[in-house]
Amino acid sequence: MNTIIKLARRNIWRNKRRTFISAAAIMFAVFFAIAMASVNKGIFDHMEQGMVKSFMGFAQIHSNGFWEDQTLDNAFIYDESIKKLPSKYKEVQDLVPRLESFALASFKEGTKGVLVAGIDPDKENGLTKLKDKITQGEYFSNQDSTVIIAEGLADYLSVKIGDTLTLISSGYHGATAGDNYIIKGLVKFGSPELNNQMVYLPLATAQEFYAADGLVTTLVVDTDRPNKIHQTVAKLRKNLGETYEVMSYEQLIPDLIQARQMKEAGQTFMKFILYIIITFGIFGTILMMIKERQYEFGVLTAIGLKRWQLSLVVWLETVFIGFFGVLLGILISLPLVIGLNTNPVELTGDAAAAYIEMGIEPYIIASTAPELFYNQAIIVFFLVTILGFYPLLKISKLKPVEAMRN
Amino acid sequence: MNVVIETSNIHKIYNETKVPVHALNGVDLKIEKGEFTAIVGPSGSGKSTLLNIIGGLDRPTEGQVEVGGQDISKLNDNQLIDFRKDNIGFVFQAYNLIPVLTAKENVEFVMLLQKRSKKDRDKRVKELMEAVGLGDRMDNRPAELSGGQQQRVAVARALASKPTFVLADEPTANLDSKSTKDLLDIMVRLNKEENITFVFSTHDQRVMDRARRIITIDDGKIVSDKHID
Repeated sequence: MNTIIKLARRNIWRNKRRTFISAAAIMFAVFFAIAMASVNKGIFDHMEQGMVKSFMGFAQIHSNGFWEDQTLDNAFIYDESIKKLPSKYKEVQDLVPRLESFALASFKEGTKGVLVAGIDPDKENGLTKLKDKITQGEYFSNQDSTVIIAEGLADYLSVKIGDTLTLISSGYHGATAGDNYIIKGLVKFGSPELNNQMVYLPLATAQEFYAADGLVTTLVVDTDRPNKIHQTVAKLRKNLGETYEVMSYEQLIPDLIQARQMKEAGQTFMKFILYIIITFGIFGTILMMIKERQYEFGVLTAIGLKRWQLSLVVWLETVFIGFFGVLLGILISLPLVIGLNTNPVELTGDAAAAYIEMGIEPYIIASTAPELFYNQAIIVFFLVTILGFYPLLKISKLKPVEAMRN
Repeated sequence: MNVVIETSNIHKIYNETKVPVHALNGVDLKIEKGEFTAIVGPSGSGKSTLLNIIGGLDRPTEGQVEVGGQDISKLNDNQLIDFRKDNIGFVFQAYNLIPVLTAKENVEFVMLLQKRSKKDRDKRVKELMEAVGLGDRMDNRPAELSGGQQQRVAVARALASKPTFVLADEPTANLDSKSTKDLLDIMVRLNKEENITFVFSTHDQRVMDRARRIITIDDGKIVSDKHID
């Protein structure tokens, strides 16, 4: 086996130009495949993480039917039995209560539909680090009767810290809700959707506003094991029964998940073309190897090298060249990927507007997920394995005399 | 009498279905242990075909080939490869050696395929490289050796597996006079001192002059068979 590996290894460098040309074709294809997949994953991961960590959480508990009919009539009592739930599951660190509904926010001549979230300031900050997102003013406490609003909304309504925002809505069981609140802080979200419509009130204030004393609409599951969220959701569903609905983040942000799937499906065609380039690069190398070394193959089989051993030599050579190309592709992609990961590029002008229109944050950010890189090695290994059947077939029919005559 | 190679009524027809070419027309031949035999004849006479069939590189259309008492015409391709590895040493006209291996590694190569121990391999490589006068060129690759030196390494490689006989297909065709003489000196010496059987195909008068048996072949038939004392 060592002899076969030695032969394969040395054969790679006997025709350096051919090896480099083959490896270069693979390198560029791998570079583009990684760059494309990395940016795509980076943008969507960033958005998903933004939505999940800034607001949605990895899972939510509602009264059954709330998600389909998001009215206060589907609120539920935030009682002791449900408050004790986290103690039953090591995966659940906390349940963060919210009273969520819609309202019309008004300041002077401006009015806009907003999403109002009544929150427990401490618990919410533990989950979404909302306090860190304050760009102007201050964070509120449970005792306050003030609001924190998103920057985009503040810009739209032309309000600033200290201004009074009027909220009008329909309260629990049709009660009329309307009140004025001083703006205590502004927060900035990456997600355009959140940034343009979020209004936060302390939970007690929101319950009073909506005449929904002791009620919440949402419990956000705070977990330190997001990778196991689906198991956690299943356990909670089993425990809570039909009265509640437990939803994972994929169910909470289906539009984003679908947008990602569509984008990835579109990129599959591009990747297919890139892998075709890789395939022909490798296949060209194999063809040249077989053609220019016919005589040598004849000599080798004449003196006792079995055909499968010779096939293995050629296969290993293509594997080495393939992986050399992949390695080079990964290496030249790293500066771009790491650069865009640590310093995302913020789009401006029309490009930014187009992204926001699609509900995508106007950033070009790359993911450094390891699978983006090792998947290339797996795919090239798969291609080489398939292509390896060609030399296997040719060598299995090799006649030493004919090979040497050629 | 110790017969190493015996052929009976060997026929070889190329292009059987299109325009048949009769390369061999009933060749009967016996070669004994320790012979130094040259198969000669004009181009297209069938000498290379005969050599290929004796060496198990090609199959006769008809007839039987026995090497060391074994009928090799009945072996399948894989068995033939094993048979060649263990029983026959080859020296081809040119480009004999594996270009990416050193002279030492080329000689060692067949022994590695035979799974012989490192100690055994090292000893045999040293012996053979010294026997062909290249004890000091062990680590050179073929491209760093002259044509004559490469053929001497090929002889060493052919002998490495301790074969029943060595087949050499026009081994001096690309060599100058001095290299030819050196190569023949080595093969004659190995033949005399170690009783190794050599069978050549050749056009080269210098080889014929050193042979102790000359088989002339024409139109696929043996037309003369001379033993030279």
